[in-house]
Amino acid sequence: MRRRALAPLALFLVAACGLQSPAAPTRTALTVFAAASLQPAFDKIGKVLETSQNVDTTFSYAGTQTLVAQLTQGAPADVFASADTTHMASLQSAGLVQESKIFAHNRLEIAVAKGNPKGIRSLADLARPGLVVVLADPSVPAGKYAQQALAKAQVTVHPASLEQQVTGVLSKVALGEADAGIVYVSDIATSGKVDGVAIPDDQNVIADYPIAILKPAQNASGAKAFVDLVLAADGQAILKAAGFGGV
Amino acid sequence: MTLDAVVRVRRNGFTLDVALTAAAGETVAVLGPNGAGKTTLLRALAGLDEMEGRVVLDGEVLEDTSQGVHVPAERRRAGLVFQDHVLFPHLSVVENVAFGLRAQKRPHPAAVAQRWLVEAGLGDRAGALPRALSGGQAQRVALIRALATEPRLLLLDEPLSALDVSVRAEVRRELTRQLDSFRGVRLLVTHDPVEAMALADRLVVLEGGLVVQSGTPDDVTARPRSRFVADLAGVNLLRGRAHGDQVLLAGDASVAAVSAGEGDVFAVIHPRAVALYRSRPDGTPRNVWHGEVDSVDLHGDRVRVRVKGPVPLVAEVTRGATLELGLTAGATVWMAVKATEVSVYPA
Amino acid sequence: MSRAKIPAAIGILAALGLLLFLLPLAGLIVRAPWNQALGELTDPTTTTALGLSLFCSLTATAIALILGIPLAMILARTRGTLRNVLRALTTLPMVLPPVVGGVALLLAFGRRGLVGSLLYQAFGIQIPFTTAAAVMAETFVAMPFLVIAVEAGLRSLDHRYEEAARSLGAGYWRVFVRVTLPLLRPAIFSGAVLCWARALGEFGATITFAGNFPGRTQTVPIAVYIALETRPEAAITLSLILLVVSVALLAGMRERWLGAL
Repeated sequence: MRRRALAPLALFLVAACGLQSPAAPTRTALTVFAAASLQPAFDKIGKVLETSQNVDTTFSYAGTQTLVAQLTQGAPADVFASADTTHMASLQSAGLVQESKIFAHNRLEIAVAKGNPKGIRSLADLARPGLVVVLADPSVPAGKYAQQALAKAQVTVHPASLEQQVTGVLSKVALGEADAGIVYVSDIATSGKVDGVAIPDDQNVIADYPIAILKPAQNASGAKAFVDLVLAADGQAILKAAGFGGV
Repeated sequence: MTLDAVVRVRRNGFTLDVALTAAAGETVAVLGPNGAGKTTLLRALAGLDEMEGRVVLDGEVLEDTSQGVHVPAERRRAGLVFQDHVLFPHLSVVENVAFGLRAQKRPHPAAVAQRWLVEAGLGDRAGALPRALSGGQAQRVALIRALATEPRLLLLDEPLSALDVSVRAEVRRELTRQLDSFRGVRLLVTHDPVEAMALADRLVVLEGGLVVQSGTPDDVTARPRSRFVADLAGVNLLRGRAHGDQVLLAGDASVAAVSAGEGDVFAVIHPRAVALYRSRPDGTPRNVWHGEVDSVDLHGDRVRVRVKGPVPLVAEVTRGATLELGLTAGATVWMAVKATEVSVYPA
Repeated sequence: MSRAKIPAAIGILAALGLLLFLLPLAGLIVRAPWNQALGELTDPTTTTALGLSLFCSLTATAIALILGIPLAMILARTRGTLRNVLRALTTLPMVLPPVVGGVALLLAFGRRGLVGSLLYQAFGIQIPFTTAAAVMAETFVAMPFLVIAVEAGLRSLDHRYEEAARSLGAGYWRVFVRVTLPLLRPAIFSGAVLCWARALGEFGATITFAGNFPGRTQTVPIAVYIALETRPEAAITLSLILLVVSVALLAGMRERWLGAL
């Protein structure tokens, strides 16, 4: 190629680069691992982050214990939000997170079919023979809390199935396969397909939800933005609307 | 006890239309080339395939399409012997023979089966599995298996065809012996003329689904009515219209015979009666034709020369003659046949 | 054996394929906590899951034999479009993702399901979350293996054996029991083994339709899945047990029994 042609070509390339987006920051990707119960709330927060900070967030929702297992095996993620402090602590001792902050609380509630056809009024009713009750597996935070609540109420339940994540419990009740299940208040608030029966404070369990930036995060700035938003007024409002207790 | 059958089968463009009678005590062989419908006939009589028509055995109507009668195969008491024995591979020889006895709830099936085997000289093979038997032994067991249930009708589908030539004679002797003492109706199908001639009391020739000829083996071969039988008998068969002492063939060639009669006729010329010349002969034979040698085949010390032309014939000459005349494929020859050597009979 | 040399490219590809099978197994064996293995082996969770898995998979195989052989017989005798449709239906569970199969089972046999709702309202019978549900899920995914194997065996069977039997006076059932079934034995056997192995390893349909409860519906694959998150050593030990059982099964089978495989 002639030298003469190079100059205009170079000018064109520079101009082209400049024409992209002169002032706005480039779009970044973010990966967030969050407990299943957080799905409705976090999806909304993710959308807010997209419009405000141009961050494209991908969520992976599952039982907290599943996410922890994946992270310790090296699954790549930037942010982790847990349904209990125990699992967060195990990540801390594994050296995957430095510090975590509690960003929300949750409480347990009994999920029943719309209209409560079986007339369930308390945890004690769950022990009724012939009732199909589904709980989360004790390895799941929601399951662990449910066991604590049942112990407090001194009720022995014979569950039909132990689900791998709390949303599994919810769906079984929503599908009509189970008569009742113990889930979070937030689950019932956002579901619309089931009714809830409140558990009195002296039997209930307060779940503390911590959130942390993972040490091997690819998008550290995006992660910080997400965590900040969750702790800020906007994020807290979304969480409250979803049935969580704020901090 | 007799078998009276009118069998019609239509399948894939092929039509079988046969009327057949067989009496107890005689072996009827249905002879025909492959594809003639022999196996179809047998399977229809056994009740294994669909057919139209009427089959009566020993006074019992086994099949009558017009009345909607069809006795299933398992109740016909018609024993079937296949070409390649089809012995149950997972059962021992004696269990194979006992199978039918058990199915028909006869007493002491194993003992009776054993007795049959011993009588046939196969007692020592009773415990063996079919795959341990030789071809001939297996076929003999297959025959015994069918006979042990004392059927009314015995159907044999080319019983010797699958055997080695060396074994055939032995099994044929056994077969003859068993058939002679069998008191029911015996029907055998085959494409092998030797098998038919050796076993049959009566021959039915089947070609293209139709019976072309029937009678004793001698009758049939003496007066063949089809190429198949003619080849079987080893003679030349021509067909044409007779007028006086001439038989007019298709294509205007004619054969001179002695008082051929009138109408459609067969003209038979034995290959031995055909003389070959390199040049047109001059002599008494009234039939002189030219042609071209198609093939030359050695049969022992005789040679069969196939000649094509207006009158295609097979001539039987000596080896010396072929060498002397230089008879090879493609050579032109002249054939001469005396009128007295031509036998003519109505078609 | 032919003396023609196999090209290097084929050899390399074959070796890579072999590695794909060998490495995961090697990983399992090498990383196994052998010193803890015995303890895990006698752990009640392990023995319960194992016992339940064996019960469910064997029951599923038995059902598959009783229902699958007649189904294969019908399939083998049909032709044309009908056969294609039936074939597609019976092999559908093989290509369907197991979880989808589980959802389908729920929609048919759940409390609000097509058939399940009738059973529940009329008799109070509830299928999900029971051992029966686990057996049904396993039968659903595993039966096609048996049907396919037996159908292939039937199509390759020489009809003349049955005809010979009939000519000897045997009625339908005698022919079936004394001639057809014995001749089908290799196909039935290999089909049953494949069916059993598939049933033993079933996870997605079982956990969706039958749920998870130790002693009732927690089969070995489900137990491994759960244990992996909380007690990895138990998970590995359970996996090894399943591996040993499968290897013993495959190695112990004589080739002449396998026929179709």
